[in-house]
Amino acid sequence: MVVWTDQERACIQDIFSKLNYEVAGPKALQRALIVYPWTQRYFASFGNLYNAEAIMSNPKVAAHGVVVLHGLDRAMKNMDDIKNTYAELSVLHSEKLHVDPDNFRLLADCLTIVIAANMGTSFTADVQAAWQKFLAVVVSALRRQYH
Amino acid sequence: MSLSDKDKAAVKALWAKISPKADDIGAEALGRMLTVYPQTKTYFAHWADLSPGSGPVKKHGKVIMGAVGDAVSKIDDLVGGLASLSELHASKLRVDPANFKILAHNVIVVIGMLFPGDFPPEVHMSVDKFFQNLALALSEKYR
Repeated sequence: MVVWTDQERACIQDIFSKLNYEVAGPKALQRALIVYPWTQRYFASFGNLYNAEAIMSNPKVAAHGVVVLHGLDRAMKNMDDIKNTYAELSVLHSEKLHVDPDNFRLLADCLTIVIAANMGTSFTADVQAAWQKFLAVVVSALRRQYH
Repeated sequence: MSLSDKDKAAVKALWAKISPKADDIGAEALGRMLTVYPQTKTYFAHWADLSPGSGPVKKHGKVIMGAVGDAVSKIDDLVGGLASLSELHASKLRVDPANFKILAHNVIVVIGMLFPGDFPPEVHMSVDKFFQNLALALSEKYR
């Protein structure tokens, strides 16, 4: 079972309270698709992903970025049982979407960069540690139902 | 994933912007690595103080970024240019190469934090590739 300190809980709540899901979600997904282009394999139905400009202006990418962040919101609201909160999502990503779980880490890293850019120096080492611990738990929960 | 001319140009352009703050970036990145990935502290057990902002961390952050700057200047032949550094890491330091990725991630986070306007996704990609190639050159002599 994941043990969260009060400081870690406060950090995560604080980050989410400052996050504009409509902005950060799209930015993170766009960044992942550009920095790690092989991730585009999962979005063949999204239309034009031909180059960075196309990705940045693609409305389906933007919409999906928001979906991802709302998913993370659920984890944040259920921090003491992310494992079960994400059980269905894990099955979805494994059996329907067939996403290589390594991609979760790539998207997580891109979201971290977006948040760091947004928060500037208030994204201290301790805040980063709490945030990355949260993302690691999320990624682990998403991988859990793979077989 | 070798570096294209576009990647090299992007890395050099970014380095020109960030090099005045190289020491700070190095210290920040190293401090974060030690905090966020505590297993990396095992390589620095001989330091008196491993906390972010401490003397040893600042000093070593400067050393690391100096080497990164050197690598930027040798971007056309990283393996050749970093041969002696690779020898050092292989035979003396014996840092598990998985850690190069971890340090690179933290340098990238700090760049994104301090220079958000200069770090759009395309530049991020080139920098990520650069660090990947740097890590490869650094592990060249390992076995």
